[in-house]
Amino acid sequence: MNWNWDVIVEYFPRLIDGVWVTLELIFLSGLFGLMLAVPLALMRASQSRWLRLLPFGYIFFFRGTPLLVQIFLIYYGASQFDAVRESVLWPILREPYWCAIIAFTLNTAAYSAELIRGAIQAIPKGELEAADAFGMSRWLKIRRIVLPRAFGIVLPAYGNELILMLKSSSLASTITLLDITGAARTIIARTYTPLEIFATAGVLYLTIAAIMIGCFRLLEMRLNRHQHYKMPTELSAVDPRLSD
Amino acid sequence: MKINKLMSAAALAALTAFGSTAAMAADKIRIATEGAYMPFNGMNEQGELIGFDVDIARALCAEMQAECEIVAQDWDGIIPGLMGRKYDAIIASMSITEERLRVVDFTDRYYSNVLAYVAPEGKDVDISKAGLEGKTIGAQRATIAGQYLEDNLADVANIKLYDTQDNAYLDLASGRLDVLLSDKFPAYDWLRTEDGKGFEFKGEDIDIDDKIAIAIRKGDPLKEKFNAAIKAIVEDGTYEEINARYFPFSIY
Repeated sequence: MNWNWDVIVEYFPRLIDGVWVTLELIFLSGLFGLMLAVPLALMRASQSRWLRLLPFGYIFFFRGTPLLVQIFLIYYGASQFDAVRESVLWPILREPYWCAIIAFTLNTAAYSAELIRGAIQAIPKGELEAADAFGMSRWLKIRRIVLPRAFGIVLPAYGNELILMLKSSSLASTITLLDITGAARTIIARTYTPLEIFATAGVLYLTIAAIMIGCFRLLEMRLNRHQHYKMPTELSAVDPRLSD
Repeated sequence: MKINKLMSAAALAALTAFGSTAAMAADKIRIATEGAYMPFNGMNEQGELIGFDVDIARALCAEMQAECEIVAQDWDGIIPGLMGRKYDAIIASMSITEERLRVVDFTDRYYSNVLAYVAPEGKDVDISKAGLEGKTIGAQRATIAGQYLEDNLADVANIKLYDTQDNAYLDLASGRLDVLLSDKFPAYDWLRTEDGKGFEFKGEDIDIDDKIAIAIRKGDPLKEKFNAAIKAIVEDGTYEEINARYFPFSIY
């Protein structure tokens, strides 16, 4: 095996261009996805049966079909219809970039909505009772108690979801986008050095994932700091056995 | 890297020695094709591989009196798969290029390819470099057409590369692409289908001295066997007969 460093050095700038596309994709769809997921989660956790059932079909579809199928349906599928091609949305839907963002947004929103619903339902009952005892209105309670508490609870799981999305974003390369994977495949098509280029791409994904994990760890430490228990040092002064 | 080179040369020699004895013992040739490049290779409703490449592969195997197994493999990974010994030859309308010659060997040609631009009928398309400025042009990734665009038009036009030729056609039909650059013969076939209605070739063909041949691993003795078989089927008229099934003109 000849490991070819030159090809990595020569094409590294093109892979870095891909890094920006990947980052844009996950940042924008993560943001839009979260904006969509919060109201959906509130509906899923609502007392009213109709509100609960409303987003069910959407979440069922997007959690139950492969992301690749969703991307193809939105990119190649929608463009088959004249109505779509003549609509005002065509300038957006004709761009692979926006099609990818739409697909990723809808996909991650479906997963995140269920995550957030779980978090909302995991809020200790006593805290909600306390809010009611204060006479908070429904929206005030949601704003001050439910969402901030749910946000803290959902963080570890949501960080996981974003990392999954980082990796799923490689599917954008199937609709001509030059994200990290797309750039890598285009380079390999020319150089026939899959090992070197895919290894480099893998390292780039790992680096992004490491940074994301670090950010979420920091955020968790900050937001959930009241939950971390540390044994007071005085206890071991009373009885050394307690420090074991 | 020098030691590595020496070691890999030794390993390669050992592998080829082993590989050829294994091939002789089994006497079964595994051939890869893509299966998404009609009329050269594709799948019918039963999921069987069909097309010009497949017919040629069968004719060559019959000529060599060898047992063959034809498998479908995605284009992107078709050369790595050959090098990884998943199969012994690629008969998938592959052009001989300098880059590919660095990693694989090629037999003599079994047809010659030219490139052509495709765009909607009636649309005035100037295929000179100045005329294509600012246009969105598509081609399949990892093909001669894709490479031609990257080498010649990357600075003036917006180039989009697709995983399969079918996806490129879809985007030409949806209007996302202004122009498509493609190997001429498969495009000729597509233009005659229902989907290809309303599109036509634009301008002159681009002759890029593009010879289509069978790829095998470097140093594989299969090369001579295939060369002899290609010569034989061209001479005895089998080739002409297969050619006529697909095109009214010779593509050799």
